[in-house]
Amino acid sequence: MKTSSTNESDTNNTAPTTYYQFLEISVRELLIEKGVLSAEDIRNAVKEMDSRGPELGAQVVARAWVDPQFKQSLLQDAPSAVKTLGLDIGPVQLLVVENTPEVHNLIVCTLCSCYPRSLLGLPPDWYKSREYRSRAVREPRSVLLEFGTDISDEVEVRVHDSTADLRYLVLPQRPAGTGHLTEDELAALVKRDSMIGVTEVCFSAI
Amino acid sequence: MTPLFQTGNAVRVRKGSPPGHIRTPFYVRGCKGVIERVAGEYRNPEELAFGRFDTPVVPLYRVRFQQQEVWPDYQGNPQDSLDVEIFEFWLEPANPEKT
Repeated sequence: MKTSSTNESDTNNTAPTTYYQFLEISVRELLIEKGVLSAEDIRNAVKEMDSRGPELGAQVVARAWVDPQFKQSLLQDAPSAVKTLGLDIGPVQLLVVENTPEVHNLIVCTLCSCYPRSLLGLPPDWYKSREYRSRAVREPRSVLLEFGTDISDEVEVRVHDSTADLRYLVLPQRPAGTGHLTEDELAALVKRDSMIGVTEVCFSAI
Repeated sequence: MTPLFQTGNAVRVRKGSPPGHIRTPFYVRGCKGVIERVAGEYRNPEELAFGRFDTPVVPLYRVRFQQQEVWPDYQGNPQDSLDVEIFEFWLEPANPEKT
């Protein structure tokens, strides 16, 4: 059996191939042999996924910060709102949850690793770890502190467990002192982790 | 399929442990929450997992739980909450007076 894999995470893996890796390779090779998919289809899909990164999500956040009407439609119907920016997220049922002075949102998928890949790219390894997945729902404030995020006791921490068909993006609070920044400069401040909810967006004027 | 519950309804998660593929996390089974929204209708992933693609769509909800309901020893703001997506067949009406 060939053991080549299109899965990037296998690139430097010297550990023995696991049962599920063999299963993936076997199914993939069967699909190719039976003509259901071509190797090129798979390579293109991997390329497409690799080309997506958190910059797309940051672009959505920055627009919501500068355009109140866009923000309103984003919170009401994210898939349609995102489309108006020319972004194609496919059939994803996106739900954007807004951080406010009263509520801080945190995203997790306890059952697997559901993640808004079309706007943030591939999830970080810690997001898929058993530790994050189990602790984010059990002791979110301790998890947030470990990410350096100290949420005041007055603020409600709201965890979203992405267990079914919806995918979540956190709309972080716009930091103070950014009134003079352009939309692109604002987007540059928005990092992946703030859209998962483990950090807040920071800005320090120089 | 008309959803059985509406936003604001009190519900309880069934305490089931059926065999097979389950999309309701163990930690909320038996817990009481409130429907945050009706989140649409989707094919049942517990059937899809076995290649049964022709079963009807079922309503999906976002259910909001208070953390202290889920974890009685929870540390933090008593308002802290947890929203979980749960399919209708996992939910039953809860009497808000009764805990």
